[in-house]
Amino acid sequence: MTTFLRLLFRNKLAGLGAVVLGLILVLVLIAPLLPLPDPNVTATGDRFLRPFSEGHLLGTDHLGRDLMARLMHGTRVSLAIGLISAFAAAFVGSAIGIIAGYFGGRIDNLIMRGIDMLMAFPYILLALAIVAALGPGLMNALIAVAAVNVPFFARNIRGITVSLAGREFIDAARLAGLGHTRIITSELLPNVLPVIVIGISTTVGWMILETAGLSFLGLGSQPPDADLGSMLGEARAALITAPHTSVVPGLMIFLIVMSINLLGDGVRDALDPRLKSGALSRPRATTLVDRKGAVPEADQKGLLNLQELETQFHVGPRIYRAVNRVSLHVNPGECLGIIGESGSGKSVTALSVMGLVASPPGVVTGGAVRYGGEDLLSASYESLRAKRGENVAYIFQDPLATLHPLYKIGDQLIEAIQSHHDTSRTEARAKALELLKSVRIPNAEQRLDNFPHEMSGGMRQRVGIAMALANDPDVIIADEPTTALDVTVQAQILALLDELRRERGLAIIFITHDFGVVAQLCDRVAVMYAGQIVEEGPTMAVLDAPAHPYTKRLIACVPELGGGRRELATIPGLPPVVDNLPEGCAFAARCDKASETCRTGTIALKGTAREGMALEGMAARAVRCLFPEEAI
Amino acid sequence: MQALKISELAKTFPLAKPLFGKAPPGVRAVRPMSFAVEKGETLGIVGESGCGKSTLARMLVGLLEPTKGQIEIAGKALDTADPAAFGRLIQYVFQDPISSLNPRKTIRQIMEVPLKRLHGLDKPARDKRTREIFASVNLREEFLDRYPHEFSGGQAQRIGIARALAASPEIMVLDEPVSALDVSVQAQVLNLLAELKAQFNLTYLFISHDLAVVEAVSDRVVVLYFGSVVEIGRAEDIFKSPKHPYTKLLAESAPVVGRALTAPEQKDSELPDPLNPPPGCAFAGRCVHATELCRTEEPRLRPMGEDQLAACHHPLEG
Amino acid sequence: MGSYILKRLISAIPVLLGITVIVFLIMAMIPGDPATAILGSYATPENVEKLNRDLGLDKPLVQRYFIWLGNMLTGDFGRSFSLNRPVLDEILERFSATLVLAGTSFVLCAVLGILAGVISAARQYGLADKLITFVVLIGISVPSFFLGMMMILIFAVDLRLLPVSGMYAIYGGGDLPDLIRHLIMPAGALAAVATGVVARMSRSAMLEVLRQDYIRTARAKGVKERRVLMGHALRAAMVAIIPVLGIQAGFVLSGAVYIEMVFQWPGVGRMLVDAILKRDILLVQGGVVFVAACYVLFNIAVDVAQSLLDPRIKT
Repeated sequence: MTTFLRLLFRNKLAGLGAVVLGLILVLVLIAPLLPLPDPNVTATGDRFLRPFSEGHLLGTDHLGRDLMARLMHGTRVSLAIGLISAFAAAFVGSAIGIIAGYFGGRIDNLIMRGIDMLMAFPYILLALAIVAALGPGLMNALIAVAAVNVPFFARNIRGITVSLAGREFIDAARLAGLGHTRIITSELLPNVLPVIVIGISTTVGWMILETAGLSFLGLGSQPPDADLGSMLGEARAALITAPHTSVVPGLMIFLIVMSINLLGDGVRDALDPRLKSGALSRPRATTLVDRKGAVPEADQKGLLNLQELETQFHVGPRIYRAVNRVSLHVNPGECLGIIGESGSGKSVTALSVMGLVASPPGVVTGGAVRYGGEDLLSASYESLRAKRGENVAYIFQDPLATLHPLYKIGDQLIEAIQSHHDTSRTEARAKALELLKSVRIPNAEQRLDNFPHEMSGGMRQRVGIAMALANDPDVIIADEPTTALDVTVQAQILALLDELRRERGLAIIFITHDFGVVAQLCDRVAVMYAGQIVEEGPTMAVLDAPAHPYTKRLIACVPELGGGRRELATIPGLPPVVDNLPEGCAFAARCDKASETCRTGTIALKGTAREGMALEGMAARAVRCLFPEEAI
Repeated sequence: MQALKISELAKTFPLAKPLFGKAPPGVRAVRPMSFAVEKGETLGIVGESGCGKSTLARMLVGLLEPTKGQIEIAGKALDTADPAAFGRLIQYVFQDPISSLNPRKTIRQIMEVPLKRLHGLDKPARDKRTREIFASVNLREEFLDRYPHEFSGGQAQRIGIARALAASPEIMVLDEPVSALDVSVQAQVLNLLAELKAQFNLTYLFISHDLAVVEAVSDRVVVLYFGSVVEIGRAEDIFKSPKHPYTKLLAESAPVVGRALTAPEQKDSELPDPLNPPPGCAFAGRCVHATELCRTEEPRLRPMGEDQLAACHHPLEG
Repeated sequence: MGSYILKRLISAIPVLLGITVIVFLIMAMIPGDPATAILGSYATPENVEKLNRDLGLDKPLVQRYFIWLGNMLTGDFGRSFSLNRPVLDEILERFSATLVLAGTSFVLCAVLGILAGVISAARQYGLADKLITFVVLIGISVPSFFLGMMMILIFAVDLRLLPVSGMYAIYGGGDLPDLIRHLIMPAGALAAVATGVVARMSRSAMLEVLRQDYIRTARAKGVKERRVLMGHALRAAMVAIIPVLGIQAGFVLSGAVYIEMVFQWPGVGRMLVDAILKRDILLVQGGVVFVAACYVLFNIAVDVAQSLLDPRIKT
């Protein structure tokens, strides 16, 4: 609750709304104690007195009644009616929605058909019909407004309930022996409640407007009693001669509704977990670069060369060091593997290259990314954009989420080509067809006009690869491209990638968590842990004789087919969270070889220098460990 | 003694009836299948996406009503889809550990439900039992008063296992229990499962797409393809000498350190369409050994060698 | 596509029947009998009974419903006693005036709302975003009838730029420029709330879409940022915006009732309010059913538009 309030008032506008609404409430509540005249006493001699007249702060209306008194009275009525109708609609609507959403099937069908029918009316028609039947009057207006809002709640809450009812914890509750009533009250309701509260807080204002509207039409509160709407309605006749009688109640409605809306937005933001983390920010076109230190001098390594790259996520006061001084390079025709567990920073490293880390919250805080010697981090947006896809292309993990769902795949390929080359559509289409054929998609001609959802996962990933190849890039960065695929499909995709690389002399950076994949595809491998490279070297050398204890033990954890039934090796504990990294070696807490020296200072990545290698073409090996498993 | 026996169990999901014409036949997610699990055994179930392994699991625990067929647990038939009736005998561990825990309940509240509802324990007995179970899954007691989002995937999966244990079931259905976890954590959970099995005398159905994991934990393995059992055999034999070409394909597709990269399947064939299933063997379209017979007649599961059954007209030698 | 439209039209039939049932039942709840309302409280019992028989009110409820429905299907909505003319004639005349007003407002709210939402999302936390958010907040908080009254005070009374009320000038009006001059204020006041809602929804839909993986893919392949926003993102956001437009059309139609009162616009909303106050039941029934039926058809058009935009919807 206190965190809720803190979150709520972190939003200054919500605070403003709360203050305004609070003031109005206080004023309305103490109104009976104020020396105000009776709101219904008429004095025709004093009609249409202007504001600030003697004894009438806000003037009088067409019957000479004190506007201030009527305003206080009307505000109280309007607020009460709005709140009651909002709660009534929320209660009934949510109950209907939960029942329909939870039970599903025929019950759902029946209820939702009824709701659809009610929603088929523009809402005021239904409200008018109800008022027509029940007769004009404040209570009847309240019933009408509540009734027409029930379908909105029902539909909204049903949607939430359906998605919750499909969640695994509901199944778990059923298996734990809970009946329907208990599941609804103890499992569903606590999860639906925030949505209901959001629904109420964002519709109260609207309900006040609607009841005021009905009263304005003369169908709500009846004379001499008045709410804000009927005050406006009565004043309309004298709009031109005595505008203050209209302006006063109108402004009051506006103030109430606006403050409620501000507060409602605040409540929504505070209760919506997605907004808590500030996730609903728009990612910029490129990652923000804010380098503190000097840009490293260019060295002549590789086609694509990452030097001391540092990428962080700034979330509130926390700083997550996702990528911590990572240096990597890749040569033409070479495949470099980056392997690590989730949270090791391997994907962020890959995305940092072309400025694709979502920003906010991502910030590149140091290092350089050199493509052919040029630092991409200092490049202008236009020059970076021109290289995206043209020189360095990406293949992403889940091809269903990474292809645009509403464009035909042919058009997505054509767009990739036309973004960099001034070719006609016919030419681009021919190229797209050629690309689909080169990734061995059967019936390529027809597939061009398919949408992503019409293809299988394996075919979609082939499209993803075709798109990466569209502009004959020099470097392809593949971020777990086969993780979402079945093994038989994965085997096909890996074989395809390997073939393309050999045919075209592509440099590939392949990110994965699977040692088998690295072993089969990559020439060199870098192992990442907690944002740092802990070991690198030629794939076979690293896999056969891992030097870092983490690498060695991680390889031992992986069961291999043909090993038979056995106990598996484990690594105790969990990787550290990168917003609070320990001093020294990040793996020390889980390592049985760790000593005091492992927990102090920074531990460097040390290894054989490239120049020192006896054999031509053999890459350097390096390890970030004081007590490596193997001497290198 | 058989802990679980299913006979001719099948599930067909009906499709919406079009405005004009007859309703389509529906998707046969699980075609009639029969097998038994011995008490104390771990039966591995492998297959790729869409093979029906999750549908099968949900039927086994009573979350989904079978279209036809029977489930017998410890010799007694269970024919209602009432999860509470199933709950005391058979429990389920979910793939996604976080989403299987209600985000708005503490771990203690989650743990208490099966103890109270299935076994009717009073408060002191529940506390005692919760502590015992937590100790056996190597979790600290102070975790009991925290909320699910405070845990890592591995910890949450231990909690999921603890909840299943609280029901004191005979059988546990483990539906991809480690596929959402990192390798180092995966091994921890797998070893824990092995310990618990010995300690509580459990029977496991272990569902996974990862052959190496299944082989490491199972006594026998069932291979599913397109809703049918294509092969059953002992874990140590089935991948070494597969009889069904699909099992062989699976075994050869898994990337292994030290094996050169070759696509085991050169034909870039598409998977069969569940809305329009092929007649005969579902694998025929991807199989190099397929003949006319395979494309017309559905092969039945038949014994091939010791303790091994396969559904294939042209089984592999060796 | 044709079969999809047909399917949606057929599925609308039960909804339309449901609407007639709901309206009929609500109207049947009215206490007292219409004959007294028509003849006044001084009518003799014999006259009341005769009129009831003439109106068919002595028959059972179910039978009365089917007679009413049957008549409506043949285009006979009955006769309005308060206006003494066929209900359908009156509705058609009034509805065309409402359509001009609500249609204009709807187009305004769709165009301005989406535009504002996109600009706001593209410049999140920028000056334009803050300005738009502020204006939108005022737009959704001010009652449309109050806004209309203030507009009259400012633009018609003070500045004398626009006519105070009505649809056409009484003398020498009747042409298009005259209509537009009369339309500006009511259409603007009516569109204000809906524009605000559409702008908010568009903004959050755009922000949601911009975080999707396929936007990153578009950027990764080097698509220009303008095209990422106006092509990839907006297209996907429209999937969420179009249903909101459908709902807003209902709100615009509803708000028209107030605006017609404020600006003396001769539309169907004012007709309904008058009919309710005069208890002219046939006119209320006919008007509500007619407008609701039009709204149902409009929503089918929205669904069809949605299915054209989103290939994942099964047609």
